[in-house]
Amino acid sequence: MDITLNGEAKSLHASVSIQQLLDQLSIPSGRVACEVNLKIIKRANYPTTFINEGDTVEIIQAIGGG
Amino acid sequence: MTNDFSLSIAGITYTSRLILGTGKFKTFELMLEALTAAQPGMITVAIRRVNLNNKGSQSFWNFLPKNIPILPNTAGCYTVEEAIRTARLAREVLETNLIKVEVIGDLKTLFPDVVGTLEATKVLVKEGFTVLPYTSDDPIMAKRLEDAGASTIMPLASPIGSGQGILNPFPVSLIIQQAKVPVIVDAGVGTASDAAIAMELGAAGVLLNTAVAEAKDPVLMAKAMDLGVRCGRTSFLAGRMPKRQMASASSPVSGMINV
Repeated sequence: MDITLNGEAKSLHASVSIQQLLDQLSIPSGRVACEVNLKIIKRANYPTTFINEGDTVEIIQAIGGG
Repeated sequence: MTNDFSLSIAGITYTSRLILGTGKFKTFELMLEALTAAQPGMITVAIRRVNLNNKGSQSFWNFLPKNIPILPNTAGCYTVEEAIRTARLAREVLETNLIKVEVIGDLKTLFPDVVGTLEATKVLVKEGFTVLPYTSDDPIMAKRLEDAGASTIMPLASPIGSGQGILNPFPVSLIIQQAKVPVIVDAGVGTASDAAIAMELGAAGVLLNTAVAEAKDPVLMAKAMDLGVRCGRTSFLAGRMPKRQMASASSPVSGMINV
């Protein structure tokens, strides 16, 4: 299954939830925001929101800045 | 307890009138040391994609002092849509309604697109954000932003990261005099005396980043900025003497021994 993740093409073996994707990437869910096709997914819904073929997913964080 | 060195924005009190950015530090360790030295009322952060090839950027979190409120920004956004999207993501990442709105109009000067800034402010205020817009030193635009529900006005003193100080105190001063919300001088502060000058003009606070991050000793400059802000605030409250064109002797002119 092919998706676009943070602007880059990525293949997933199977449909996964946002939570599973974050776990696979070793990203703690408490410090990010996730968007699927421009829609923000609330943190509480990460386990129940599944990523589909062709989705555009963004995983966003806070970094140093002024 | 509030004292005169604390800053109140939208009903919330912050313990210092200094707001420090977290960008451009050589190491996260140095950033933490500088933040600890300055004890700012808030620290700013940017919102970006997680770098999937280098997750080291995630450890940034471990170097933020836990007791200082975080103000996310929309730095790098050139359109209203980008700024709104970034603000919404920031709220999700940080669980805060605070947002420093930046809609940049030009790459070279990083001057704000004030029309876009106003538009983004209107939308975000409606969505329940506490909006702190980075804007130009135009008093009319400052009024428009205030009318749109901005919680502060943050005029630039000179271009972001330029360290040129307060190039144009007159309009900044007009903004401060007319505003009913706190005015925070944002961008252009180069050294502690610049921060003091901003506060002497009557600013409620100062937001800066590069002046500390690019100082030879960022930790010492962080401390100097804290003192500069306190010094300028105290001086403002004390009320400066009027300027005269000519000298006025400080010692008595009568009783001279050689007369």
